[in-house]
Amino acid sequence: MTNGRRAAGIAAGVPWWLVLLVGLGAIALGTALADASYRVIFGAVARGFGVTIGVALASYAASLALGLLLGLARSSRLRPLREASTFYIELVRGLPMLVILYYIAFVGAPALAEVLNGLLAPLIRAGAVKAFQARDFSFATRAGLALTLGYAAFIAEIFRAGIESVDKGQVEAAHALGLSHSQTMLRVVLPQAVKNVLPALANEFVAIIKDSALVSVLGVQDITQIGKVYAASTFKFFETYNVVAFFYLCMTVSLSMLVRALERRLKRESAR
Amino acid sequence: MSGFIRVVDAVKTFGDPERGGVRALDGVSLEVARGEVVLVIGPSGSGKSTLLRAVNRLERLDSGGIWIGDDEVTAKRADLRRIREDAGMVFQSFNLFSHMSVIDNVTLAPRLVRGTPAREALEAGRAILERVGLGDKLDAYPRQLSGGQQQRAAIARALAMNPKALLFDEPTSALDPEMIKEVLDVMTALADDGMTMMVVSHEMGFARAAADRVVFMDRGRIVEQGTPDELFASPREERTKEFLGHIL
Repeated sequence: MTNGRRAAGIAAGVPWWLVLLVGLGAIALGTALADASYRVIFGAVARGFGVTIGVALASYAASLALGLLLGLARSSRLRPLREASTFYIELVRGLPMLVILYYIAFVGAPALAEVLNGLLAPLIRAGAVKAFQARDFSFATRAGLALTLGYAAFIAEIFRAGIESVDKGQVEAAHALGLSHSQTMLRVVLPQAVKNVLPALANEFVAIIKDSALVSVLGVQDITQIGKVYAASTFKFFETYNVVAFFYLCMTVSLSMLVRALERRLKRESAR
Repeated sequence: MSGFIRVVDAVKTFGDPERGGVRALDGVSLEVARGEVVLVIGPSGSGKSTLLRAVNRLERLDSGGIWIGDDEVTAKRADLRRIREDAGMVFQSFNLFSHMSVIDNVTLAPRLVRGTPAREALEAGRAILERVGLGDKLDAYPRQLSGGQQQRAAIARALAMNPKALLFDEPTSALDPEMIKEVLDVMTALADDGMTMMVVSHEMGFARAAADRVVFMDRGRIVEQGTPDELFASPREERTKEFLGHIL
């Protein structure tokens, strides 16, 4: 009786979706190792793993920095800063990520080269620096820049929400103790704000891994691009995209679980 | 009586006065001498908290002036840091920094604002926490403390800056009854040590034990003031009588 109930309790606590996912993953991996053609596909697609992770990590790190600055500007007391930041955020959030990607790659990069040439004109004339050309920026760099600029807008809004979630009394107490506005921001508001939005920030990393597949449209050799080319040349669409999906799921599901664990820990901590 | 804290004809309006805005302070003048303990009472919305917050310039006045010692709080280019070193503030909702331990709460301002070396700040903070009876809670986080302990820690945090005066904004209103006494005991001890204090509170026990003067405010004006005995036993104004009838 009690055993039955305990078993029922354990069964209720099992995340069945996860069991199913891990099971399917194991089957996929098993098949891949047994089947020669799958092995080849795995090997091929795995070559894009580094690019996918690299693009995602670099863009994420850069967009965290830019997003923090934008978020601070968005909640600044200075109106011009606030307006400028809001303008950027609304503009970028109103564009599809794919369009941002094309725009940066084919409009932004040449423009950037022009601007750099303009700024460094004396040096270039003196022959100290070579003139920049759009092709000096690799497509991987352009793609990373586009993801950074796009995600910075989302991340800025997360930071702003975090800053606004901190009780106003904390700011008043800091001011009443004589802390300057920037000291208050840096030492009192931001640490609490970041803690409040940590899960949301981590979720953006999962999102950026998925959106990094967009860089394949520029021919950057990431998992998706390699899979696309491989499938097109061998007509093994089913097998190839299974492998591509497997790679993405390995990254995203495990990260999502880490985010959940983090959320639980933060909740426990604040309840203590 | 030479005032240490001087408030002269303070006016503060919230919102547009022509469209039902509230005149929180409607020409308030008040002097608090060095070492004096002044209790400010009055119904909610009477402007008593606004008055206190204006002294620390958490609110800015529309007109009128406030001085602490020789420092003009209401000056356009007032040295805010100096003003806040003059007068410490204790809030109704404690407002302890929730991501820091008690000792870090107490030493943050001395380290950041005064540049006190960490070691020295720690020793001073330890002594102050000892004084408010929290010598064993240095490493606790605010959420692990009771309301009374949190408020005592908040008082310690204000004391760490060696203020010349302390402002208390309803320090016991958010506390369970059994915790009020421990906070009032700390405040009474401070008063006995000669701290200049402005206290917005309805704690009659504290008024009788520690207050030199009680000020009754209503609708942004000071209606009446006197020693606790005078004001509580024989109020002159009708509004004071009515209010005291509600709270006594």
